[in-house]
Amino acid sequence: MATVERPSSAAVDEEVLLGHADRLVAMAQGGEQVEVVVASEMETEIRVHKGDVESLTAASSAGAGVRVVHHGRQGFAWAGTLDPDALEEALEAARDNARFASEDPHAGLADPDGVTPADLVLHDPGVLERPTADKVELALEVERATLAADERIVALESAEYADVSEVAAIASTTGIRAVGRQSGAYVSVYAMAGEGDDVQTGFGYSVARGPAGVSPAATAEQAALRATRMLGATKPPSGRFTVVLDPWVTAQLLGVLGVTLSGEMVVKGRSFLADRLGEEVAAAAVTVVDDPTDPEAFTAAVLDGEGLATRRNVLIDGGTLASFVYDAHTARRAGVRSTGSAVRRGVTSTPSAGCAALSMLPGDRSPADILGDVGDGVYVCDVAGLHSGVNPVSGDLSCGAEGLRIRHGELAEPLREFTIGSTLQRLLTGVVAVGNDRTRMPMSADGVTLAVADVTISGS
Amino acid sequence: MRDVTTTSDDVLIDPDLMAQTLRGALATGGDFAEVFAEDRRSASAHLDDGRVEELTSGRSRGAGIRVVVGDTTGFAHTADLTPAGLRAAAEAAAAAARGGGGGVKEVALTRRDVARSYQPEVLPETVDKGTKVGLLRRADESARAAGSAITQVSASYSEGRRRFVVANSDGLLAGDDGVRTLFSVSTVASGDTGLQTGRESIGHTVGFELFDQHDVAELAERAARRALTKLAARPAPSGQLPVVIGKGGGGVLFHEACGHGLEADLVAKGASVFAGRVGEQVASPLVTLVDDGTIAREWGYVAIDDEGHPAQRNVLIRDGVLTDYMWDQLRARKEGRPSSGNGRRQSYQHLPMVRMTNTVLLAGDDDPDDIIASTDHGVYVAHLGGGQVNTATGDFVFGMTEAYLIEDGQITEPLREGNLIGNGPQVLTDIDAVAGDFAMGPPGTCGKDGQGVPVGDGVPTLRVKALTIGGTAA
Repeated sequence: MATVERPSSAAVDEEVLLGHADRLVAMAQGGEQVEVVVASEMETEIRVHKGDVESLTAASSAGAGVRVVHHGRQGFAWAGTLDPDALEEALEAARDNARFASEDPHAGLADPDGVTPADLVLHDPGVLERPTADKVELALEVERATLAADERIVALESAEYADVSEVAAIASTTGIRAVGRQSGAYVSVYAMAGEGDDVQTGFGYSVARGPAGVSPAATAEQAALRATRMLGATKPPSGRFTVVLDPWVTAQLLGVLGVTLSGEMVVKGRSFLADRLGEEVAAAAVTVVDDPTDPEAFTAAVLDGEGLATRRNVLIDGGTLASFVYDAHTARRAGVRSTGSAVRRGVTSTPSAGCAALSMLPGDRSPADILGDVGDGVYVCDVAGLHSGVNPVSGDLSCGAEGLRIRHGELAEPLREFTIGSTLQRLLTGVVAVGNDRTRMPMSADGVTLAVADVTISGS
Repeated sequence: MRDVTTTSDDVLIDPDLMAQTLRGALATGGDFAEVFAEDRRSASAHLDDGRVEELTSGRSRGAGIRVVVGDTTGFAHTADLTPAGLRAAAEAAAAAARGGGGGVKEVALTRRDVARSYQPEVLPETVDKGTKVGLLRRADESARAAGSAITQVSASYSEGRRRFVVANSDGLLAGDDGVRTLFSVSTVASGDTGLQTGRESIGHTVGFELFDQHDVAELAERAARRALTKLAARPAPSGQLPVVIGKGGGGVLFHEACGHGLEADLVAKGASVFAGRVGEQVASPLVTLVDDGTIAREWGYVAIDDEGHPAQRNVLIRDGVLTDYMWDQLRARKEGRPSSGNGRRQSYQHLPMVRMTNTVLLAGDDDPDDIIASTDHGVYVAHLGGGQVNTATGDFVFGMTEAYLIEDGQITEPLREGNLIGNGPQVLTDIDAVAGDFAMGPPGTCGKDGQGVPVGDGVPTLRVKALTIGGTAA
């Protein structure tokens, strides 16, 4: 079994990260706002193949992002290291970059707003303490269990374990000074089922804060079921159907909906929901919440990308559009307060308004009840091409799909190589049932079984 | 740190230190070791909503070390390029690869000459930031001038310079210094039918001279026209129809239909419908598909790949017959054959794997106008968006961002956006016309296992007999 001793330089100390941020913030010049985000992360990624480790990555990385706002002009620079000279160079570069930006009366950093960050433990020390050999065993267990789950599972494209432990400190001249720490671990597998010439695929995953929480057995079972039930799939005829979305599909569509609910898209006229606050935009069964303070959410966090406390924001309440999400800049522009929704893609990007942990409030029907209610329709197991097929500005939606026919209230024959087409607008109003099966996903949205009427299936 | 990276632009890391690191990586045994040191600088400027919102710049520098023992690869990376930092990373990679055999392997590095077929004329980092901001403003004005229905415009400029040196236990030592420059414009048009979007981008593996050859105002106008056109668009049809793809607009079709399925790592795992089919007719005889990293200036151009192997022109399919897959070092080593120069990685923090470069369908003999005129009822796709493929089943989708109906051999009404879906082997067989009007398409980023790398593509006008259109109209 593999064992790894991490480089000693990887030891992370929250005070060290804050110290880097404090030092640069103290270098702010007259009239200048300076914000520094310093992050450090350690990751493990283990891929196994045929009972052996195919690759094992053990890595630590750190970096910082510096934002300077001067006379309403914003500049940004980052460094992929914590080398003090490199950080000072980044501050200089951000300062120079700001000179070339347009003056914006709403530009500026977040001001502390008195909201206390949620008291959550989002870091499992097991990510750092569990020996690598144990993590390798988790990946091998996923592989073994998936191959044993069904005799029609012929091969695996990948089986892996991965985890990450991250600490981020943020400080600014406006008085922000905070540290957030979180961890995540998952196992996943991509299985191939075969019968004759027919090959179908299915994935499985399990997510948790640390290695102790992931379930190889559930992962294997899910992948085997998803792959084998697609065997013999054919292309369906085109038509209009009530579709039932697998929680995995609902979560992905929620992610796209989240884009239209961003204050950034709203203030710039890029959201079809921009002028509809207080109006009915969805069926009454639909309540959409962005809540990074939900400790069960995979992307839970106590701080947003500007160092404000995250909070629970209800965006669609019983079908009525209730709120958008804002960071400091878009909130100022919209004349509201930040909703603690600044998101960053690591230290290399500036914050922008966005959803961090979306979910649809579960209903009271079980998935089986929903299939029974629908009676005749199409169950959508997976979608492809969301990034090219859903336009969050226009709302147009068209994506590749595979799934199962629903006949007499039960799952029937498998279907593949078809598309589902609608608009986000029609999808929201067309919801006829929300399942009670809230499912955690390895992404910034959770899933639930969802039935939607009048969706176009395009096949043969 | 600064001592070892030196002030010379040629030497990112001392070759002696690389050799020493390789020795350390193999100190506990192993079949192969590699050190990849990289220094990447990037800068960008972004205009939105009439304002230059921000300029950003960044730099990352570090090394990735891998050690291969049997079928296991151990990998570690570090931002610390000092001898101590590299030693720690080498030990971590060796431990990860389960080394245990012992023994010291001496590595003698031989520098390989790298011929770049194009040298940037103007390094973007030497150009005044005000000039770059000027380009953004010019694009904004041009897009807004295209019509009063254009309600929003964003424009982005970005430059990236990437220097790297790679050395391995076979004695290879090679490096490269490449520059890419990119400009894109996105527009929103508002009308009675709601909002529509248009996007155009231009990107080449060149310096700031990109803007001597391309006018950002023209680019912006095209992006605006695309959004305006779609305001009048009707829902795309559903069901199967013939699809004509315009020159330069649709290389993503081949990227998804068969490109990924011809990557040797996926083939080796049986996760490709093209596994075991070399020598077989897998496509219409009209199809000759080439992956060519040597096309100077193109977005997917590389002088050497990220494992130090020179880029090549690899014929994948000739007259419909599958001739070869694409290979990286690891997969080629196992098969006892040379790499095809397709080992690429997003950064020093990532393991290399088999990736495409510029994937092009060679021109045929048909006349593009005849292809349209001989299509009774179908769809003309001027511009495709991104795509996605399941290589194990061959099912793939790709978006159409500008498309029109073909009625009685004429291009008629514009269609709203949507995806097309097909099955790779079937679609390759169903190609029944290929024109002589080849053009490269816009720059792309290909994602695989979470790693993005720049890729190019190109096609002549072509027709697929039947593809499923993911529209909503009956």
